[in-house]
Amino acid sequence: MKFSKLFSLLLVAGMIMTGCKDDDDSSTPIDSNAQFTTADQMGRPAVNTVFISSSSKNNFNTTVPSNQSAAFRTEMETNLAGLSPAYANEADANALGQNRDAFVDLLATDVLNVSLTGTTTFFDGTNVLTGRNLSDDVISTELLLIFGGEDGTENPGLSDDNVDSNDKQFLSTFPYLAAPF
Amino acid sequence: MNFKKITYSVLSLILVGTIIVFAADHIDAPAVTDTKADITDFYAFQGSSSSNLVFVANTQGLLAPSATGDAEFSENTMIQFNIDNDNDNIEDLVIQVIFADGKAYAYGPVAPTTTGLSGGIEFDATNNVSVDITEYGESAKTGTSGSMKLFAGPRDDPFFMDFAQYQAIVGGNASSFNDPGSDTFAGSNVMSVVVEVPKSLLGDVDGINTWVQARNRTN
Repeated sequence: MKFSKLFSLLLVAGMIMTGCKDDDDSSTPIDSNAQFTTADQMGRPAVNTVFISSSSKNNFNTTVPSNQSAAFRTEMETNLAGLSPAYANEADANALGQNRDAFVDLLATDVLNVSLTGTTTFFDGTNVLTGRNLSDDVISTELLLIFGGEDGTENPGLSDDNVDSNDKQFLSTFPYLAAPF
Repeated sequence: MNFKKITYSVLSLILVGTIIVFAADHIDAPAVTDTKADITDFYAFQGSSSSNLVFVANTQGLLAPSATGDAEFSENTMIQFNIDNDNDNIEDLVIQVIFADGKAYAYGPVAPTTTGLSGGIEFDATNNVSVDITEYGESAKTGTSGSMKLFAGPRDDPFFMDFAQYQAIVGGNASSFNDPGSDTFAGSNVMSVVVEVPKSLLGDVDGINTWVQARNRTN
């Protein structure tokens, strides 16, 4: 076959093969055009469940964090004031020194703050909101901030659920979570 | 304020017939309850090597041991870890995890094509790792790629709380928590995705803001 004819043939064959590869999705585990949309979302523990009214919960899950404060801040402040006598007055504060305003400001954008330079914990007595590790007692931390008042003693029966650790020991290496029951 | 007033004011926030669970994200909203997109918890912490960060997303909570063997990830649901490293609460990087044919695939950290609530999968991400999904009863399988690690499968639910007592308080049948309390989530499992990445892939910053989404396939 003349060289130019062979070249054309190879060129066309190459184009066909390239074309086939574009249509062939076997190079990705699922269709390369797959589209997904958010159904559930989470940053910090218990925010949607405690501070968002029932009728807004689905909405909260489908509002991006940068829009959450504008949409839900007022509702969260109302719910917090109604939930806890420790925030009955505007000047009331929690053990971190945050009044209702400041506490809700923090919670209203539902993201987890994580340090890349040190201890990662929700609260360990010293470090505050530098991550969330498996052994953190996030519920007691949040109960304390909601019900404990300025020095943590205002509603003693409500400020700690007295369950402070998991039922199984975590692993010191990947994947860290314990094997299932 | 006496306790009856507290419980009534709490109850006034709660629509009759709706159970509000003070529990991470467990059972948070009607649209996702009992679906494979129902996130129960999200964790982010330093790995066993302090050079790495670990992201954990748990779904499908309150799995009894007898139900765990049948639990599975859906090929129509994906998990997206969002990372904001310039403090504007908009994701600069994502790690996306999909499930197909008994394997889990993580793509990222990678700058996403679009930000927000919807999008496709960043299949071209340079950083990626895959693993066989660990079956119930098997020892944990770890996928590795460079310094990245991935796990997907059932785990003991790491969340702990006396939710039963909280419900009793809210229902007006108790005035306080017990001491000691009882972990309502003891003995139950979740479906878990754990991905570990070098911190160096998250940006040259001291801290990040992060959140997780469970997304359902739309096409």
